[in-house]
Amino acid sequence: MANFITKIGLEMHCEMSKTNSKVFSSAKNEYCEIPNSNIRPLDMGFPGTLPVVNKEAVRLSLMASIILHCRQPEYMYFERKNYYYPDMPKNYQITQNPPEDCVGMEGFLDVEREDGSQFRVGIDNIHLEEDAASLDHYYDTSCIDYNRAGVPLLELVTNPDIHSANDAVTFLEQMRSIYQYANISEADSKKGQIRCDVNVSIMDANLDEENPENWGTKVEIKNINSFGGVRDAINYEIKRQSELKSLGRYNEVEQETRRWDEESGTTIRMRSKVDAIDYKYFVDPNIPKFKIESSWLEEIKKSIPLLPLERKAKYIQEYGLSAYDAKVIVKEREYAEYFETCLEIGMDAKTSANWLTTQILGEINRINISIKDFYLTPKLLKQIIDAIKNGTISSKQAKEIFYQALEEQKEPSSYINSDMAQISDKTELENMITKILEENPQQVTEYKNGKDNLFDYFVGQVMKNTHGKANPVITKEILKDKLDKKR
Amino acid sequence: MDKTIEELHELLKTKQITSKELIVESLKKSHEVQEAYNAFVTILEEAEETTITDNLLSGIPFGIKDNYSTKDILSTGSSNTLKDYVPFFNATAVQKLIDAGAVPVNKTVLDEFGMGGTGTTGHTGIVKNPWDPTRMTAGSSAGSACAVAAGVYPYALGSDTGDSIRKPAAYCGIVGYKPTYGMISRYGLFPFASSLDHCGVLTRSVTDAAIVVDTMKGIDEHDMTSWDSSHIHLYENRNKEVKNMKLCYIKELCDIEFYENPTEELKMHLENFKEKLELCKNLGMEVEEVSVNQKLLDTLPSVYVAISCAEATSNMSNLTGIIFGPRGEGKNVTEMMMDHRTKGFSPLIKRRFIIGSYILQKENQERYFKNAGRVRRLLVDTWKKLYESYDAVILPVGSGPAKHLDGSKDILTKDTAALEEHLQIGNFGGFPSITIPDGFINGLPVALNITGNCYEDEKILSIAHALEQAMPYKNQIAKEVR
Repeated sequence: MANFITKIGLEMHCEMSKTNSKVFSSAKNEYCEIPNSNIRPLDMGFPGTLPVVNKEAVRLSLMASIILHCRQPEYMYFERKNYYYPDMPKNYQITQNPPEDCVGMEGFLDVEREDGSQFRVGIDNIHLEEDAASLDHYYDTSCIDYNRAGVPLLELVTNPDIHSANDAVTFLEQMRSIYQYANISEADSKKGQIRCDVNVSIMDANLDEENPENWGTKVEIKNINSFGGVRDAINYEIKRQSELKSLGRYNEVEQETRRWDEESGTTIRMRSKVDAIDYKYFVDPNIPKFKIESSWLEEIKKSIPLLPLERKAKYIQEYGLSAYDAKVIVKEREYAEYFETCLEIGMDAKTSANWLTTQILGEINRINISIKDFYLTPKLLKQIIDAIKNGTISSKQAKEIFYQALEEQKEPSSYINSDMAQISDKTELENMITKILEENPQQVTEYKNGKDNLFDYFVGQVMKNTHGKANPVITKEILKDKLDKKR
Repeated sequence: MDKTIEELHELLKTKQITSKELIVESLKKSHEVQEAYNAFVTILEEAEETTITDNLLSGIPFGIKDNYSTKDILSTGSSNTLKDYVPFFNATAVQKLIDAGAVPVNKTVLDEFGMGGTGTTGHTGIVKNPWDPTRMTAGSSAGSACAVAAGVYPYALGSDTGDSIRKPAAYCGIVGYKPTYGMISRYGLFPFASSLDHCGVLTRSVTDAAIVVDTMKGIDEHDMTSWDSSHIHLYENRNKEVKNMKLCYIKELCDIEFYENPTEELKMHLENFKEKLELCKNLGMEVEEVSVNQKLLDTLPSVYVAISCAEATSNMSNLTGIIFGPRGEGKNVTEMMMDHRTKGFSPLIKRRFIIGSYILQKENQERYFKNAGRVRRLLVDTWKKLYESYDAVILPVGSGPAKHLDGSKDILTKDTAALEEHLQIGNFGGFPSITIPDGFINGLPVALNITGNCYEDEKILSIAHALEQAMPYKNQIAKEVR
């Protein structure tokens, strides 16, 4: 199959969860378990209701457009996409209709792979629209929940610039992280906030990829709800198309729409492109065109927070983190926020990063919670780390306190007391060490004769005597000093 | 109930009558008018009196066209698709009147969803003209025009997408006023063609129209096309000096020479109009004849059909009988929707949906929909150009008095099409436009129309007011002439 080039284009739909109300209605934009609780008359298409554009949704969508290096329109307007479906009570969707003006046109995104190499994906457009209601199908009945109807939705369409399933997923992951960092959306696929359509085609590797005439037949796979699904669907489709092409049956690959069937791990034909619906787009007369002032765009541009790749560079350069730690921390906005809060309250960058990437992430992954719900906030973690720093506790004790505090949901400080305090008093340790050396003359002699590893034996003796509370650094200093004198 | 709003307010204020008495009288009259002319979908027997305040509208009954959403009151749009629909919210314009203490006493019949100009296509049957029940009221605000003319109350709400307030007002001998697009919120008005739809009012005097629209208007957070008109005071400024105002009329529409076989009625109508132009001059206004390309005028009907049908097709796709309206029958949702729409809509509406759908098809959009939009722009620009030199355009409404319900009696000629439909330019441009009665032909009222530039509502109202004062048709109540 190496003699084929795969061309992949993505359509990524992301619900914007960070606006207070829906995109054209005043109903709350909030994920809610109780069906039909966040609705206003417009969301159910009652006669005489009118759309009112949510300015915050426009602002956030323009921010996404700027991040993707797109061209923004001079005037913003919306179009109606007309078709009948039970999840859409008006029976038209208010959306934008590229290549007509939309939120963002002709941009790109540089994406970084796991190994640090980069690739560029061209963005055809990004546009703002309203989501439909959600349908639940049962044996002989279907239920409609209008909570989702009218939730602002960003649809991003890439050029067919991606060449592998892995790159497609890497792109999607980076976009998700951008949405999270820019506070546009939680981008949580568990809540159905991200849905993807994928276009896959293959072409002969020896032909010029720049010439669209050489491109193969494009197959669209609709409504994939997870990134894992995207990867599997693409790989399945590459295999299917390549096999047919290798067998000389490429004419069986039709320009069509298929769906991803998770259970069977296959794509299934829905309809041919020939049967494509005519959506009868036209400009929605209820929403007057409005000018996008360049001063507003400037303002939006300035308000874009540091995005993951920039943030990673900053962590490495300014805070001296390892590339690995930096990568792990920027992966989720919430991790980065935790880390930056640690810095804000005066904790050491490397120490915080170390605790975050090991103990904390280990723990939240183990019990499968969000770091936001993690009991040991940066403020509480600081109690532990400060105690290590002043030598009140050892790092071994610190870990014990960490887990104990989590277990009992009590402030770490309540476990840190003078009893646990390390013995850092030099005179006390000197006396103890002198005594230990006197009691072990044979080992001292052996050490003097060059048996270096006995040094740890003496440290162990000190710890045994102090029940582990001796300050290891000071202990080692004194031991080294005294033993060297004897050499 | 044959009095003006000011007169009624004075009587209420001085306690010579009560709100209750007015309501009782208005309801009694409603039943008589319903019996004779079939003007109402619903008569609100339970209407309750309100406190009399300094607001001129407090305590006074009025009518609402049945395409306004009224809370807890049946609102059908005169369509079987909504024959059982009781909304849970008031249209903004209705709410503003209720807040002012006005009392709705009935919901009036319209051509189904406003998509007609005859008053004959409502689901409750045809509305007859109170001057002559063998004739049309015109539409679509048929019931409102009929009831106001018959003296049920001083005013009723209308809506106007092509001429739906101004044409029936003409046929019924009353005043019909639609202000600048967006001055009154459309929230709660069942849409026909959103870019052309206007709320407005039918009254028996310009002053009453000014009072009512002063209350209905205002920016509304529910309607993005509404705008702040708090600086506009129609009632206060209706008496503004009109001396030296400049009016123009269009030669191609008003000159009898342009009609091949003019009917007697058309001749009389145009002559009467010319007399009224002299009256304008007597009032100190300048009146000039202007010429507009006949070809451009001839495009009016098709431009209107293209735009209105296209928007209507989309606007009314929410009518499926699933969430509201009678549920259709069928094995699945699609069948249920099809059954509801097949049974619910009249043939006229279906025809318009098919035209609209055809025009919006990808392969036809450029030729029909987009071109209609371009010609609309040409027409509007032509009128805007006129407004650079003139304060308003004054024209006769229609080609004569009300047409017969039995259409065979009317001689329809193609060359009067532009004359019949020029009011649509007011909708294309969102211009403020008012129709007032200007005479009688064979005992039946005829009218003229004054249309001005956007936001110049005060100006066109003061012109209409001055002209009305100079003519004997103010506050006339329909008397059956045969």
